[in-house]
Amino acid sequence: MNTDIVKKIKNRRLRSKLITYLIVIVFYVVVQILINTGNLSSLLTGLLVPICVYVIAAVSLNLVVGISGELSLGHAGFMCVGAYTSAFLSNVVGSALPETLRFILAILTGAVFAGLFGLLIGIPVLRLKGDYLAIVTLAFGEIIKNLMNVVYVGIDSKGLHVSTTSAMDLHLEPTGKQIIKGALGISGTPKNSNFTIGVILILLTLFIVQNLIDSRSGRAVMAARDNRIAAESIGIPVTKFKLLAFAVSAALAGVAGVLYSHNLATLNTKKFDYNTSILVLVFVVLGGIGNIRGSMIAAVILTALPEMLRFLSNYRMLIYAIVLIVMMLFNWAPAAREWRERVLSRLPFGRRKAVGKEEV
Amino acid sequence: MKKLTKVLSITAAAAMAASMMASVSVFADDVFTIGAIGPITGAAAAYGTSVMNGAQIAVEEINAAGGINGYQVELLTADDTHDAELAVNAYNDLKDQGMQLLLGTVTSAPCIAVEGEAANDNMFLLTPSGTAVDCIFGDNAFRVCFSDPAQGTASAQYIGEHGLATKIAIIYDSSDPYSAGITEYFTAEAANQGLEIVSSEAFSDNRTDFSAQLNKAKEGGAELVFLPIYYQEAALILQQAASMDFAPAFFGCDGMDGILGVENFDTSLAEGLMMLTPFTPNAEDEMTQNFVKTYEEKFDGLVPIQFGADAYDGIYAMKAALEDAGATADMSASEICDAMKASMGNITITGLTGEISWDPATGEPNKEPKAVVIQNGEYQPM
Amino acid sequence: MSFLTYLKDGISLGSVYAIIALGYTMVYGIAKMLNFAHGDVIMVGAYVVLMMITRAGLHPLLAVLIAMAACTVLGMTIEMVAYRPLRKAGSPLAVLITAIGVSYLLQNIALLMFGADGKTFINVVSLPSLSLFDGGLVISGTTIVTILANIIIMICLTLFVKKTKQGRAMQAVSEDRDAAQLMGINVNGTISLTFAIGSALAAIAGVLLCSAYPVVTPYTGAMPGIKAFVAAVFGGIGSIPGAMLGGILLGVIEILGRAYISSQVADAIVFGVLIIVLLVKPSGLFGKNVQEKV
Repeated sequence: MNTDIVKKIKNRRLRSKLITYLIVIVFYVVVQILINTGNLSSLLTGLLVPICVYVIAAVSLNLVVGISGELSLGHAGFMCVGAYTSAFLSNVVGSALPETLRFILAILTGAVFAGLFGLLIGIPVLRLKGDYLAIVTLAFGEIIKNLMNVVYVGIDSKGLHVSTTSAMDLHLEPTGKQIIKGALGISGTPKNSNFTIGVILILLTLFIVQNLIDSRSGRAVMAARDNRIAAESIGIPVTKFKLLAFAVSAALAGVAGVLYSHNLATLNTKKFDYNTSILVLVFVVLGGIGNIRGSMIAAVILTALPEMLRFLSNYRMLIYAIVLIVMMLFNWAPAAREWRERVLSRLPFGRRKAVGKEEV
Repeated sequence: MKKLTKVLSITAAAAMAASMMASVSVFADDVFTIGAIGPITGAAAAYGTSVMNGAQIAVEEINAAGGINGYQVELLTADDTHDAELAVNAYNDLKDQGMQLLLGTVTSAPCIAVEGEAANDNMFLLTPSGTAVDCIFGDNAFRVCFSDPAQGTASAQYIGEHGLATKIAIIYDSSDPYSAGITEYFTAEAANQGLEIVSSEAFSDNRTDFSAQLNKAKEGGAELVFLPIYYQEAALILQQAASMDFAPAFFGCDGMDGILGVENFDTSLAEGLMMLTPFTPNAEDEMTQNFVKTYEEKFDGLVPIQFGADAYDGIYAMKAALEDAGATADMSASEICDAMKASMGNITITGLTGEISWDPATGEPNKEPKAVVIQNGEYQPM
Repeated sequence: MSFLTYLKDGISLGSVYAIIALGYTMVYGIAKMLNFAHGDVIMVGAYVVLMMITRAGLHPLLAVLIAMAACTVLGMTIEMVAYRPLRKAGSPLAVLITAIGVSYLLQNIALLMFGADGKTFINVVSLPSLSLFDGGLVISGTTIVTILANIIIMICLTLFVKKTKQGRAMQAVSEDRDAAQLMGINVNGTISLTFAIGSALAAIAGVLLCSAYPVVTPYTGAMPGIKAFVAAVFGGIGSIPGAMLGGILLGVIEILGRAYISSQVADAIVFGVLIIVLLVKPSGLFGKNVQEKV
């Protein structure tokens, strides 16, 4: 009996996971068909890589917000680390390595450095709770951004030169090349990102995140989220698992940053302020905290929506704000939920109400 | 949750479908379609709005006078909120709408990103106000304004050669490539000019309180404070300097233009403020006066700033080059771009920002920097 | 002497943060939500005052009162329309995101109404500045008024919360909402009142902020809002004296950091100090450290 139920739950989870992969793959195939038949506008084609960036960012943030139940407002800081380290690597290596190898190396570099930062920040920070954790992660994000603004790095035949004051203080040889130019950031990063790589990275992210959730650690983290004291009392080392989730989430945010920096000809820290962290958080909350699929879909819609609204010109961001508020009320307000349940259950294809079903 | 996902999916599908419809539009081939990209919302919106307004005036004038090579001109505008990623989106959107030439983008970082795309597409790009060197790295790109090196170096030279001061303090915006770029080149040239930089202080997120930076300058005994920043912050700095009885000379770059137009600003604080700017709204010439008059009438009494003037000149530069090349409106963006690359080197226009010709190799404009000083609440040439 | 000048500037900047933080911390203490739109209510208050003075030609004091009334109505409306339906949504994050939506909404309405150009604010304080040490230290009238206003507001708020019926109702709701409801306290009304007070304070903060740093744009409130949030956490969120002390400390650290360490990384220093304080004292300077029970 008991094993039967366990099996059922396992099967259902597996199915749910597979459906998520399938959605991504179907999306990919449909988009490829549209591109090849010339039916996709330049605007949407250009949006594909940013969409991948935000989907990865949202899914990885969901690991912290949804699964560990911690509010992090510094996700953009980790994206920043990933973006900068990888763009730096690509610019230093230049054409010394074949393009594919260099990009793979760049992705790994971005992920490793962002993950390291996640670990470094996570160790002291995860002792805090709730809104205090939120403010400290926000602070770390701003610090990373602030410090990146004063870093100057150049390269010449003698090796790397680093300065925190100005480009002149690098004392480069005339043939030397400035790579990180303080507030000017990095420009001229090769455009290696494309939709296919983006989708592969999304699948990889999903694989890591979903398996982490289903692992022993993942279940422990969720137990801790639901009741920290109870979890601790039965001997689950909560902090260790939360740290793992935090670092993995940071590393994946770094990957999103890599994808971002190798998509545009310019990179500076302005993009990675708390507004971007909040934007990613909006995807997670709108899509449903802990709901991986939901955050993916929310990321796609909210990235595309402001672009679709371009015809509204000056009223664009106003409408966007109203849509955001209305969607939040519609999705979250208990009254709206009840109303939705009622309407949907009356529809012929409306599913039966699933009671107590866990959605991951 | 499941249902939420479903609702969201349906919305997504609907949005996608709607956009697909939108992408199928018929391009008119009897007009030149010029796209303009800049921040219309967000903290940098003042610059983007000014560019759009200036461009609109130029386009309306040109159309009223019979268009370019007999074709009318259509101006499309798009918002980038001063963000590189959104600027690329805006660029792609304008491409979908049949843009043949690009005026933009307005600000440096987004411009570099868009130039990355435009260079690939072979789309002609003329930025009215993107000052960073990399804004025009491709051979398809040109600019109307001075570059960061040109402004920084010219400012230091001007101060040195005219003996305005020897002890200089700098207050700049470290988060803004425009400001940081000028500061870098200014500092380099200052050493050659025998100027002593007594303090070089930055601000970034805090755009309201400049007391610490001003105190540093005061303590260092600065005779002149160099402000390579935009006029909004400059207005605050002037007010705060006055309130602490600190009265050095102030010197700004083209971003300073507009300071007299800040609503309710006590212009007496700007007395003696010097700046290098190619455009002043109260210049005597007929062209400027007409432009300012039209601008004020059209846009609720707003006084145009240099961005609008650059955009106006940019549109007329496009006109001159298109006429030089004998381009027709049915040419593709890439064909027009090839024609423009050759023709930009041939033309010289007399615009609001002076007489301009272009170096086709670098895309940089050749024009005289003009220094002005504010006296009696008005710009006076120096 | 220059140190005193920096200190004075820090206190002046910090006092503005403190007033904003007071509104923040009150709303947080009672409604348990981060009201990200609080900074934008400040901006609305500043615009209203400016319009009343320049367009309607009213006396500054009258204009400030009108702005307070307008912000009170605005704050209560926002709470009723956007936040109240989500109060039982099960996650404080939902209402946080809605607050961000409200923040975007206010900014964009202001952008459409007033344009992107900064408008110089008319200083409503007509007090002369105070000169100490033979002109070595000049304290402007605005600074004096800001600091005084700060102290008065703090005292009034503390008295209100401790002594009045509504104030004690607020405390009760803040301690335990459900129990308060059972005791017959009108929870919705109390939260509404909190928003009203917080928003009226925001209007005052807007006037003082823009009197000290006289430019208003649609984005004027955003960064001070974030800084005030930091200040509120710094002092222990929910605590009235904590918000005041947190705000002033934040301003002082910011100015001294900029003056003596580096102006480029001043914000990094502020946030760095915040992190250290929170690591040593995880619930802020004046925060109550309550270990939750099973």
